[in-house]
Amino acid sequence: MATAAGELPKVAKGKKQEDVGQIPQWKLMVRRFSQSKLSVGALIVLGIMYVIMILSDFIAPYPHDVLDSNNSFAPPTQIVWGPEGPGIYGLKQELDMERFQWIYTPDPSVIYPIRFFVQGHEYYFLGLFPSRLHLFGVEAPPEANARIFLWGADKEGRDLFSRVLKGSQISLTLGFFGVFLFVVIGSIVGTASGYFGGALDNLIQRLIELIRSFPDLPLYMALAAAVPLDTPITVRYFLITVVIAVVGWTGLAREVRGKVLAFRNADYTAAAIAAGASHWHVITHHLLPNAMSHIVVVGMLAIPGAIGLETALSFLGLGILPPAVSWGILLRDAQTVQAVVTYPWLLIPVLLLIITVLAFNLLGDGVRDAVDPYA
Amino acid sequence: MLNFIARRLVNMFFLLIVVSFVGFWIIQLPPGSILDVQIQRLRMQGGNLPESMIQALRDRYGVDDPFYIQYWKWISRSLQGDFGTSFETDQKVAERIYNRLGISFGLSLTALLFTWLVAIPIGVYSATHRYTWPDYIITFVQFLGLSIPGFLLALVLLIMASRLWDQPIGGLFSPQYADAPWSLAKLWDFIRHVWIAVVVLAIGATAGLTRVMRANLLDVLNMQYIQTARAKGLKESTVIWKHAVRNAIHPLVMSLGTLLPALVVGETLIAIILSLPTIGPLYLDALRSQDMYLAGTILVMLSALLLIGNLIADLLLAWVDPRVRLE
Repeated sequence: MATAAGELPKVAKGKKQEDVGQIPQWKLMVRRFSQSKLSVGALIVLGIMYVIMILSDFIAPYPHDVLDSNNSFAPPTQIVWGPEGPGIYGLKQELDMERFQWIYTPDPSVIYPIRFFVQGHEYYFLGLFPSRLHLFGVEAPPEANARIFLWGADKEGRDLFSRVLKGSQISLTLGFFGVFLFVVIGSIVGTASGYFGGALDNLIQRLIELIRSFPDLPLYMALAAAVPLDTPITVRYFLITVVIAVVGWTGLAREVRGKVLAFRNADYTAAAIAAGASHWHVITHHLLPNAMSHIVVVGMLAIPGAIGLETALSFLGLGILPPAVSWGILLRDAQTVQAVVTYPWLLIPVLLLIITVLAFNLLGDGVRDAVDPYA
Repeated sequence: MLNFIARRLVNMFFLLIVVSFVGFWIIQLPPGSILDVQIQRLRMQGGNLPESMIQALRDRYGVDDPFYIQYWKWISRSLQGDFGTSFETDQKVAERIYNRLGISFGLSLTALLFTWLVAIPIGVYSATHRYTWPDYIITFVQFLGLSIPGFLLALVLLIMASRLWDQPIGGLFSPQYADAPWSLAKLWDFIRHVWIAVVVLAIGATAGLTRVMRANLLDVLNMQYIQTARAKGLKESTVIWKHAVRNAIHPLVMSLGTLLPALVVGETLIAIILSLPTIGPLYLDALRSQDMYLAGTILVMLSALLLIGNLIADLLLAWVDPRVRLE
């Protein structure tokens, strides 16, 4: 991969003059995109994250919500090399009476081996097929306190690694769907507003003006707070997606309207109408394709914001609520100096969030340059 | 110009009426009210309220009234300066907000000033030195600044401040100054408490604005009048600052309107971490405990702030750019 990415710009630079008018546009876009190494790297990172997210139930060694008072705030487990390959020590839990904290000391007498492709708790793969197969697990008798915490445990002794994986199922998808929804709404409404004009346009513009008269975050907070607390998690997930979309579509709709207005008066549109083309045909064949690159870019650049928004809402206790897990909920444990200094592994979800948002920003930047490959 | 302002003010007035109506509607959407919460709390403590007393409370707060009557009561009193009583603490809403408004505004305006003073020079430098090492570094730091959530930065700074420089953490004052009258020592103590909030608030906004400034200036630098200015032998600094920056600064001025309320509430997370008594946490509490008059007033107040901010931005724009005045 590294060599391919390294060689591409040279090839592109040499050939650009000759074949730029001959190869299809999407190939030009791919070529342009692959010139930006940061964006390609971001795409790879995101690809890996989403694959892990899809496989998360299989990779996670433990359920995300099983409490274990024997491992409250257990640190990341040290992995040792035993006679049967990698393994871990059991933990002894003691209470430090002075600072009132649990202290964990490994017990080196027995090494419990780590096994791969083991049977564990039941889950539904992709939500469809029941399975018990897990990527790895520790073979230990139930009475030994030997659980593997790759990224430590939280206050209730839940495995942070499993929780982060579970949380990614919400955090990596909710913002994405929210943006998808608002892109669809914004495109349709913006096109209608610009194409049909008149009273409809006026109405839509007043509505947009009204929504934009509210400051973003407070409006998001108020809307999210309006979702009743006892809503089941799947419905809540959907409603929070809608909340993100309801406010977000306005900006895009305005821009699409502007584009449509500009192209509506173009000669080829007039020719199509004169030739008896239907509204649907004119919109889908002459107007939307012209606005498409803009729509894609706006959508791409909005994703990191939406992911951050979901995290912030969940952190504030207005978005996704426990017992469901999202990264925002995991961050609630890391909000005091005391906790972060004593249990630094609680910051791992924050790191993942930063990597995700950074990668989406870089990706969006690359896409923005790529959609206009003739520049 | 006066005509323009007058028209905008009238438009704003009508918009505010609709905004207050919709805002209040959203706030009262969740079923139940803070009264239910409080009655339940009283019951849990063992006190069994008689039905008649509950009814009296319900009447007093107007919980059973239909939404439009609640709205009318609230808005008609609001116009006389009485925003109602906060259910939670039985304090006047106005009092609870004013107590925090000063701190919120102080923080936001300082952060805003900081942002502009840093963002414009860095953006200009980054655009005029495009594709050099400093530009790459600035770009990378910008992306980092955009991607790191503000509250994490606050947390890291807090840890560093408390560990390395023995700084106080959280709150506005050290205990010994809390009730003392203002003095130089108290001011210094105050600054030591809030600088983290200002820096964190400013960094997020600075990253975004620097990026915008750079992109705009790059566009303008390709214009022919820049070439002309250089060709007629003007100093490079005159070309950049007088011909280019002045034309590239539009979006920054326009973003002023949205920046104001964003800064006032944007600190919600940060204020929670730093335990600062500002508007953000108050709004969050009001929303979560369904304290509808308090939450509604804050939401509408912030919307008014946004509209006023937009108006100021438009006026500033007309001042910076003569072309806008002609339209």
